Amino acid sequence: MGTEIAHAIADGILGGGVYALMAAGLTLIFGVLDIINVAQGILVVLGGYLSYVLSVHLHLDLLLGLLITMPAMFVIGVVIYWLFIRPLRGAERTSMTLLACFAVALIVEGALYWRFGSNFVSLSASYTVSSVHMFGFYLSDIYLIGFGLAVVAIASLYLILYRTKFGRAVRATMQNQAAARLIGIDVNRVAAVTFGIGTAVTAVGGMVFGAVSGGFNPNSGYDLISRLLAIVILAGMGSIGGALVTAVFMTTAEALVDIWQPNWSVAVFYLALVIILTVRPAGLFGRRAVRTQ
Amino acid sequence: MTEQLGAEAPLATTIVTTGTGPVPRLRHRMSAVAGVAVAAAIAAVYPLVITNPTATNFGVVTLIFVTVASAWNIFSGYSGYLSLGHAVFYGTGAYFLCVAAKDWHLSGAAVFWLVPLGGVAAAVIAVPLGLVALRVRRHTFVVITIAFFFIAQLSASNLGVTGGSSGILVPVPGNWDPATYNNPFYYLALIIAAATVALAWWVRRSRFGLQLRAIRDDEDRAAGLGVRAMPCKLTALVVSAFITGMAGALWVFFIGEAFPQFVFDPLFDLAVVLMAFFGGLGTVAGPVLGALILEPTQLWLNLQQSNSYESEILFGALFLAVILFLPRGAVPTGAEYLTKWRARWRQSHEDAQ
Repeated sequence: MGTEIAHAIADGILGGGVYALMAAGLTLIFGVLDIINVAQGILVVLGGYLSYVLSVHLHLDLLLGLLITMPAMFVIGVVIYWLFIRPLRGAERTSMTLLACFAVALIVEGALYWRFGSNFVSLSASYTVSSVHMFGFYLSDIYLIGFGLAVVAIASLYLILYRTKFGRAVRATMQNQAAARLIGIDVNRVAAVTFGIGTAVTAVGGMVFGAVSGGFNPNSGYDLISRLLAIVILAGMGSIGGALVTAVFMTTAEALVDIWQPNWSVAVFYLALVIILTVRPAGLFGRRAVRTQ
Repeated sequence: MTEQLGAEAPLATTIVTTGTGPVPRLRHRMSAVAGVAVAAAIAAVYPLVITNPTATNFGVVTLIFVTVASAWNIFSGYSGYLSLGHAVFYGTGAYFLCVAAKDWHLSGAAVFWLVPLGGVAAAVIAVPLGLVALRVRRHTFVVITIAFFFIAQLSASNLGVTGGSSGILVPVPGNWDPATYNNPFYYLALIIAAATVALAWWVRRSRFGLQLRAIRDDEDRAAGLGVRAMPCKLTALVVSAFITGMAGALWVFFIGEAFPQFVFDPLFDLAVVLMAFFGGLGTVAGPVLGALILEPTQLWLNLQQSNSYESEILFGALFLAVILFLPRGAVPTGAEYLTKWRARWRQSHEDAQ
């Protein structure tokens, strides 16, 4: 029992890294654009399928493939923003953008069904099946690689946000869009690039998810997005650091519940969400009050 | 100051747009009454004139969606709290009917008595959900409703009472004449739909409806003006859930079986929202029109195609088109065009004189 628990904790922490990365993209988009990209889940699946195509048809290594899939997902994100999000204005913008993202998710899901069918596929490479003996138990390599990738990606996200001129423009836009516009920041460009970055991380997320999940199909997007939404809301919308901590905490909790109740483990996410929000509507790390309109 | 004016403008326009003067308003009202009467007459004789079972089947499902879209609109359209979790109420009503019919050994027409009880079950579920979810606003509210949806779906798959993923059957009346089998369902659906639309119309004109729309425009200001926001929102949600639960119960009795992935279907939520948006959010006629146009189209497309992804892509594309080009819905935009056209016509008339 003790080793089982320790193993669940290790898996939870390592798996949490990937969710943290996907959630960071979601919460970044929210912070800058004030929209919830509910298509994030299906975009992760799309990223997984891109990696799948590259590795099966072009025999490209999964990690090398990221060099192609990440820019591809970035472009897809910018296009989605430019075509469907940017034109939406007015008082109902908040809900309209959410619905627009949902519609995009449906179209992507339908396209994936059309192209790949509903059969489960999984990503494989030499390191998806091997494992290392560490701290007294076996950890599969792909978990470690995924965690490492997530750490690198999140670190570069932080570097971009806090060490570049563009990052400063992004943070200014997050704080006050009108003021950012007044001091000469091209808010539309910042928003488009942010949306691109937020979706580019789904390429990494999709690759790791496809390798560790043991199989995914176009329907997997729903499961992903529901977890991601729970994480970012729990953390408090717009808080990147909070999303990281919450993601790791929640996946660990899920892995622990999974030992006893595998059918109900995913309910941990939603139950935590409901409980936290009754006590603290702004989320765990939310600075801004959610009760503003 | 400008922001204040902007926030108050929508409320003001909804009051003003009833007409330009006494005569047009009267004419407007008379044509509206005539329209409703004609629609009711057509709906009443529809299954008697067109007896094709596929057509009456379409009629039943469409009326159920008219009901749900209007019920959704009473809560989300009027209050501005966008719910993507109404499938929870729909599914609660549906599962209540299945389980109760099985446990109480009901069959045949007696099962119809469970339809209102299914609504009550959904309303009871709505109270705790509302107390939790209505504490937060905007995005967070939408996401909480999505979370509730997934909890419900997960529970339906894992709880013993729902039969899990192997589903649960409703004892369908086997001795009814196949030619008129759909008719009892049709007329019950019609009664519920008509009552829901009437309720939506009454709520919109009432003090309660005005309070809801004040909450939609600016909740803090509404609270400052003395609107008790939480009881208002909760009442609207519970009423909406009650109707949605009844619709779900009737629907599951009609199709005869319940599986978690069909009873709790994320596309259901989107379909309802799309119908309301397509017709016009917060209007009485909008969701009805949206359901009358979109649901038969969807059913017809499903008949034409063996695969579901094409209708999924079409559905998404249609949704995007509505959001981008008809953001306020067909009814308000259409009314605007009509007014513009009428004004231009009158202008040219006066110029000619």
